[in-house]
This record gives sequence, structure tokens and C-alpha cells, in this order.
Amino acid sequence: MSAFELFLTTVGMAVVTLLCRSFFLLPKDDLPMPRWLHEGLRYAPTAALAAVVAPELVLTQGHLIDTWRDPRIFGAVAGLLFYSWRPSLFGTIVCGTGVMLALRFGLGW
Amino acid sequence: MSLKSGLESIHAQALATARRPLFREGAAEAIPMAIGIAAWGLVAGVAMAKTGMGVPLAIFMSIVVYAGSAQIAALPLIMSGAPMWVVWATTLCVSLRFVAFSFHFRPYFMHLPRRQRIAFSFLMGDTGFALFIRRFPEPARGRDHEEYFLGSSLVTFGVWQLSIITGIVAGSGIPTSWGLAFAGTMALLALTCTQLRKPSTWVAAVVAGSAAIAAYALPLKLNILVAIAAAVAVGVLADHAQARRARGKP
Repeated sequence: MSAFELFLTTVGMAVVTLLCRSFFLLPKDDLPMPRWLHEGLRYAPTAALAAVVAPELVLTQGHLIDTWRDPRIFGAVAGLLFYSWRPSLFGTIVCGTGVMLALRFGLGW
Repeated sequence: MSLKSGLESIHAQALATARRPLFREGAAEAIPMAIGIAAWGLVAGVAMAKTGMGVPLAIFMSIVVYAGSAQIAALPLIMSGAPMWVVWATTLCVSLRFVAFSFHFRPYFMHLPRRQRIAFSFLMGDTGFALFIRRFPEPARGRDHEEYFLGSSLVTFGVWQLSIITGIVAGSGIPTSWGLAFAGTMALLALTCTQLRKPSTWVAAVVAGSAAIAAYALPLKLNILVAIAAAVAVGVLADHAQARRARGKP
């Protein structure tokens, strides 16, 4: 891509993300939508976060991991266990990352 | 009003906001997330440096797009010379979760002037959203909500920009092999945990995670869209089944 094309691409990406972020905040009146969708959208943020996280944990280059000796899974489980013990965001991140790094560098997984 | 007095009044207003207790609470609750955001920002910055798009354009992108996952998804497409609409469509699929966030924020912020709503939208992100909903589960309006949102969002914005620009400038000087990105993934996992309050949200998360993995091969990151649709469908069905059980029908 030329520098100008890259610039255009970037501006387009900025417009797309801003439109997504402001989608329900822009219109003055409530958008008409069926009740089931109204109720269902309550699950969307949780679903979206899980949808971004899950592939990062069990896929390598688009393929499902084929060994149980993958440090990411143990890191994620450690993080989840930590959160269920103490709901601290910092602790969850440090515990999960720590377990992952320990397995990768300690055991060479 | 002259420019100088205008700037002075903005400065005074910003200072007053920064001193408000709820602004400080939001900022303080965003700080523990900084480790995950910074790690992920560094990784994203290094990835952007490796595309060879040049430092000024990379910094421009990180500031105006301000969506880490969309930027990371777009980079390989940009490098392989994919058509512009493919990059935009991928950005759309990855950014769809923001649509859901804006749906949740509407009752809290709808009374604000449109310009302020757009500014708030720009600052919206995973961290700010998850912290906000954990702090204020019930929709209501008020200055507290706005100040808390600004506090947490501005800290997140600052940490993210600082780390991604560091990554862009330092480039390959930062080795990414130490699984740095994993801290970012763990930060998102922790945020997901904050949303798991009822059994039905657990079901939604598991359904979405599985669907996103199963549909990973789809182009344009459509797997995210598939995952959200699947989870919303299962959530609605679960609610209906529960309501029917509560009414004592089979």
C-alpha cells in the first residue's frame, strides 16, 4: 500500500470503530427493537470478551493445540482460580501470566 | 471569550473534574489493569513497527483508531496488500463488541449533549466498560457516573498510548517471545470474569468462547460475530426456559 492508501485505510478504520462505539449513543430516540433482542443484548458484552479471549488461549496459528502441555491453558486456569478466590484484576493478571511464564521457562513447554 | 480565557476555563474545569472523588475512584480502579494494557500495547506497537508503515503513520493510527484488537487484526491484511474494504470489514467485526457496550451505556449517558456522547464513545474500551458495569450495575444518570467513566477511561487511554508508542518507536528492540501478549489476554480474561455474575452469563461466555474457536477459520474475523449471535440466542432461550419454569409450566 502507498502512504496515501495507508492513511485512507487508517481514517476508515477510525470511522468504523467510532461508529460502532457510538452506535446506540448517537440517535436521539430509542431504536425500535424486539424485546427478545433487548434482553439478549445484555449477554453481548460478556460474549464478545469471551470470543476474543478463547481463541488466544487454545489456538496456535489457527489450529487447536494438540498437547495438554500448553502453558497458556494452565495460566488461564490459574487466573480463573485466583479470581474465584479473590476478585482482584491485578492478581488475576499477575497469577495467570506468572504460571504461564513459569511453565514456559521453568519446564520448557 | 478570548482564546486565552477559553483555555483557562477549560484548564480550570479539567482540574476541578480531576479532583472529584468519583474521577479519582475510576482512575484508581483502572490502574491495576495497567500491567495488562501496557503489555498488550507494547506488543501491538512492536507489531505495527514491523509492518514498516513508518513511525508517524503508526502513531497516527494508534491515536485515531484506539482499538488494539482491531489494529492487530488489520495489520497482517495491510501487510499482504488486502483491499481497503477487507481491512474495514475486519475492523467492523472486531469492533462489534463496542456496539454492545454503547447499548449498555445509553441509559447512563443519553442525557448528555451529543458532542460529549461522541467524546465518551471515543474513549470507550473493554477496560472502561467492564469496570463501569461492575461499579454501577443499575442504569442511572448522574455526574458520578460521568466522572467515574472519565477517570478510568483517561487512565486507560494514557497507559495504552504510552505503551503502544513505546512499542512503535522501540520496534524490534523489544523481544516479544516472552509471551508478553499473554498478559494482555489475561487482562481480558479478568475483565470477562467481572461480567460473570449470574449462571446465564457463564453459559453465554462458554457458548461464545466455543463458537469463536469453532468458527475461527471464517474470514474477516466473522467468528466474533458468530460467537456474539450464538451467545445472545442461547441467553434468550435460557431466559425463556427459566421464565416458563417459574410459571410452573413444563
